Amino acid sequence: MGIESKRPMVRIDGTVAAPGLAEGPLFRLAGGPRSLRTAGAPAEEGAALARALAEAHAELTRLAALCADGEAAAILQFQIALLEDEALSQPAQAAIDRGQAAEFAWRAALDAQIADYENAVDAYFRGRAADLKDLRERVLDRLSGATTSEIPPGAIVSAEDLAPSRFLAPDWRGGGIVLSRGSPTSHLAILARARGIPVVVGIDTTCCNGHSYALLDGEAGSIILDPDDETRRAFERKLAERQSRDDAERVHLARPARTQAGETVTVMVNLGSLIELGMIEPAHTDGVGLVRTEFLFQGREQLPGEEEQLAAYRRILDWAGGRPVIIRTLDAGGDKPIPGLTRTGESNPFLGVRGVRLSLRHPEVFRIQLRALARAAAEGPLKIMIPMVTLPEELIRCRALLGEAVAGLQAAGLPARDPELGMMVEVPAAALALDEFDADFTSIGSNDLIQYLTAASRDEPELAPLAACPPGLWRLVRDIVEHGRRTGREVSLCGDLAGDPKMVPALLDCGLRKLSVAPAALASVKAAVSRYRAGR
Amino acid sequence: MTSELAEGSVLLDHAVGLHARPSVKLTQLAKSFASCIELGLSEHGPWIDAKSIVKVMATKAPKNSILYFRAQGTDAAVAVAALIRLVERDFENGH
Repeated sequence: MGIESKRPMVRIDGTVAAPGLAEGPLFRLAGGPRSLRTAGAPAEEGAALARALAEAHAELTRLAALCADGEAAAILQFQIALLEDEALSQPAQAAIDRGQAAEFAWRAALDAQIADYENAVDAYFRGRAADLKDLRERVLDRLSGATTSEIPPGAIVSAEDLAPSRFLAPDWRGGGIVLSRGSPTSHLAILARARGIPVVVGIDTTCCNGHSYALLDGEAGSIILDPDDETRRAFERKLAERQSRDDAERVHLARPARTQAGETVTVMVNLGSLIELGMIEPAHTDGVGLVRTEFLFQGREQLPGEEEQLAAYRRILDWAGGRPVIIRTLDAGGDKPIPGLTRTGESNPFLGVRGVRLSLRHPEVFRIQLRALARAAAEGPLKIMIPMVTLPEELIRCRALLGEAVAGLQAAGLPARDPELGMMVEVPAAALALDEFDADFTSIGSNDLIQYLTAASRDEPELAPLAACPPGLWRLVRDIVEHGRRTGREVSLCGDLAGDPKMVPALLDCGLRKLSVAPAALASVKAAVSRYRAGR
Repeated sequence: MTSELAEGSVLLDHAVGLHARPSVKLTQLAKSFASCIELGLSEHGPWIDAKSIVKVMATKAPKNSILYFRAQGTDAAVAVAALIRLVERDFENGH
């Protein structure tokens, strides 16, 4: 930043957390020293703190109004309530009266609170230390005159990490984010994917210092610092192509997906968090084809109770406004560990106790989820889907547990309904013998199905060509679709394959007419459907 | 207008204890009353200001704690009754 001497081009590779391309001036966010004001008399310091608190309050209130979503809004409401409480600023005000500068007084007051939370026995309260740190930094920013909205539009922001509350403020259009920390499964990544903002993580962002301009390649997972003219021109061509394609596809978002032959294809959305609800128009979808309920269970010490789960399922039904919602029961294990529930030290977690195998071993946890689902089903068109089903008996046991849950609820006078119970088709043994299973509907989980068919890990970049589209897969998909047609059962596909516009024609060729895709893929998949001509 | 005294207690049955979302609701409700309202985890205190989110969160009350309220002011009885109802109703399904 601000350094004139031109540095040679540098390319750094990381991991894609949210796809997309962006180029722009580099902007280093926080982490560095703030410009300090000259401290004044206690009266001036007190006024400076009061002003900073009021500004931070206004900023958070504005952010909270933008967030329809429960989780992000709850974080912000908590921070707002803290700011409104004089007990928070009172120790700082007392220190100012004793002659301390506002920055030091505020920092010391908050650090005492943060230490108190960090020492809590309960992990939930320890976690709140992050909210107080976020608040501490926000007020310090306001004291030094720095603002989060100062991020220039279209900049490539580099930072150690970025709190979700910070992400919500700036206008990111045309810009992107590189982080040293963070992961593709973080809240920030979910927010960014839903908004189409590219994020690359796992980059040593100190390498960005001294550079002024960057190309962020959220497809390859890299950042190119101070590119030479040739590299920049090539990148801009790619960017322009992508933009004109995106613009052309956006018109399809609000339309039903129809092939050239006029056949309607159902395009539903996959949800991995309630945050995404605020970022998609329900009218742009034909319902929710997959809710990954792991988000309710991850990153917490106690498992969610029946009421909490019911509230989440209810919100999704409300959002969908009468469109069908398929909720998958907890698919923990594999690459989705849940402390206290999943096994540790399995030699091969993907072939281990995961999905329904885990649920059936923890009926006390499974029952709570089934009860919450049966109660939500009384209020809307909800269907339950069981992951990783391998044997017909597993589904029979799930159906029996669901029946018990419904009977128990009704006996207690609570409204409940026995909804359709379906299965994910992702284990080859089940895919090859579907007629043995008592499933009301099926959804092909292509990610795991491909990995188990090809005996190739999807996390192994060297084996990517194996996982691309093995011929055996297409035969299997055809058979599954054919089985559904014969028995009058719905078949959909909710893996990443459905979200890849290049794969859409092959899936439609197999006879599939129901796809469920990530929010950001809705437009491009609907566009791919509209281009589709059968029998080519 | 007379200043009244009121007390009451309720079992905290919320799945995860007195966490951020329930604490925000509790303090917001407390602030809607004119009376001075205090919260304790035992009937002998120590007592904290039920209108302060900082202090309410600092109690770190886990599930199955008993929350004791006491209030003094013109609307003390109504205030204690409303707070107890909020806790009994599981903070209206808040997380």
